[in-house]
Amino acid sequence: MRLLTHNMLSSNIKGVEKGFPLRIEAEKVVEKPVEMNADFLRKMFEKVEWKAFVEASRSMGYAQLPEEVDSGMLESDEFLSRFHHALLELHLEEGALVCPETGRRFPVNKGIPNMLLHEDEV
Amino acid sequence: MWYLCVFYHRLLDYRKPEVESLAHLFGAFEDEQNGDVPSQLQWKLPIHHHPDSPFHFVNLPSEQVARSIANRSILVKGLYELWGEGGSYEELKDSVLSYPDERKLPYLEAGSTFKITVDSFGKVMSLDEQKELIQGLAYIPFKGQVKLKNPDHNFWLIEIDNYGRNNGLPPIVQRRIFFGREVGGADRKLIPTYQLKSRTYLGPTAMDAEMAFLMANQALATSGKLIYDPFVGTGSILVGAAHFGALTMGADIDIRVVRDGRGPNCNVWSNFEQYGLPMPVGLLRADNNRPPWRSGLKEIFDAIICDPPYGVRAGGRKSGGRKLLKGAVEPYVVPDDKRTDHIPSTAPYSLVECVHDLLDLAAKMLAMRGRLVFFYPVLRDDDCAETHFPEHPCFKLISSSEQILSSRYSRVLLTMVKVGAYTKEIAEAARLKHLEFRENHVKWLQDGNLHSAVFSPIDAQLPEAGDSKFIKDPKPKYRGKYV
Repeated sequence: MRLLTHNMLSSNIKGVEKGFPLRIEAEKVVEKPVEMNADFLRKMFEKVEWKAFVEASRSMGYAQLPEEVDSGMLESDEFLSRFHHALLELHLEEGALVCPETGRRFPVNKGIPNMLLHEDEV
Repeated sequence: MWYLCVFYHRLLDYRKPEVESLAHLFGAFEDEQNGDVPSQLQWKLPIHHHPDSPFHFVNLPSEQVARSIANRSILVKGLYELWGEGGSYEELKDSVLSYPDERKLPYLEAGSTFKITVDSFGKVMSLDEQKELIQGLAYIPFKGQVKLKNPDHNFWLIEIDNYGRNNGLPPIVQRRIFFGREVGGADRKLIPTYQLKSRTYLGPTAMDAEMAFLMANQALATSGKLIYDPFVGTGSILVGAAHFGALTMGADIDIRVVRDGRGPNCNVWSNFEQYGLPMPVGLLRADNNRPPWRSGLKEIFDAIICDPPYGVRAGGRKSGGRKLLKGAVEPYVVPDDKRTDHIPSTAPYSLVECVHDLLDLAAKMLAMRGRLVFFYPVLRDDDCAETHFPEHPCFKLISSSEQILSSRYSRVLLTMVKVGAYTKEIAEAARLKHLEFRENHVKWLQDGNLHSAVFSPIDAQLPEAGDSKFIKDPKPKYRGKYV
């Protein structure tokens, strides 16, 4: 699971008010290089929740992202390549995503997060 | 400029929509941005031709646009700059001679290479006949060298004669002959390259390669875009989109398909690896009826392409537990110690609710002007002439293309463009509808149950005694060409 996906997910259990961001329990993190596409990065930059993204990146072992950002930083190659690395090249292979409100664990196995809700969470 | 467009004679309903979509993709409508209404190309038919004929004239703004459209398409056999046409070879000669020299001479220069292909539709021509016809074109001042493999310029002499019954078209009234310079054509080699026969990991409803590419073209898949499939299965649709450079993301409720596949070398990832395509950006197990997206997320996908479960060959599932939703058991709590490995019970997912959820997801998550491309099943023996396709206030339907699956039912590829923002009112209406589906779970399973209509024995379908035995079939009998 990449951080792009993580930034889109939330715990939508019935009754939960604040299910985003999910806390990452990382058991196995893998780095896989991906070709960079600047257009795609610029588009995603507008959609990413930055604070959650930085925090998630840190829990995956990458702490090179700036805390505060503005769109001017997209001009910098250095920033783009760090953004690209954290967004698309870090993979959570094994671990879990934890609901911040209830503590319910959504397991991540073989890189696939299991976001299916149980019968009593629907 | 008007070009002769010759289609491959198959998937008839899909031909023009593909060209229209690719025209959008390659900027044919750049100058005509008139609000919500997507611009359309101008089409003409050659005289005496039926709309199902493979031959059409289309008006395109430039040769570059025409070439891009033709080369990316799957169903355009060739786009030609017409140098002449006629009902006989004499008429053709007059027509070609009167075509302006400044359009012809640049392609006849010494130092260039060319070839002439003779093609006939509706009859077979022997090599000798073809050679004779090529000699007959001596009035055109070709100065270049003949080169049969990859020449600079490819000229086509196309003759259309009596079709007979074979192609299913009404008999041609009059012979027609065209002569033109090829501008581009589909790369059909893509089909054998990506064919499902050699795909690593297949599922029962994997989308065939040709159709996956057609869907990707309808969705305007291209580099830099993010395309989502909420019923990804083995990823067959995303493979098509990824080939054209898009980044892809998919979800499925069945974790065995999405996470495990049939082994470490036989799963969704290996399907992409097989063709050297970039892996999907994300794959997850999720229920489209209870999506896991954070509430602030919207307008993130450039397109959504999918083949939702119709309930005929593969039924959809949603969270909630079948017995629970039917009311057969009381709501229960999963004990904590069992939670880790609990496999949530799922319930059948009716097509109506599935499509409602898909439209709701797309309305929220598609960027403005993004495209939703999906298959919708229809029964073929409906007495009502008009089929009602799903509608949504945020979307405008721009094309529908039928593919006959059996005598009982077809699937229709719907292409919708997002033209309205996802407002609070729309969100609220969707929420209420979702609750209504829950309340009436049993009702929705029975109404519009496609499975029983498709598989019921034929006796149940005969009209009552006294009614006319003639079942109206609005489409002519050449079913084969619609497949």
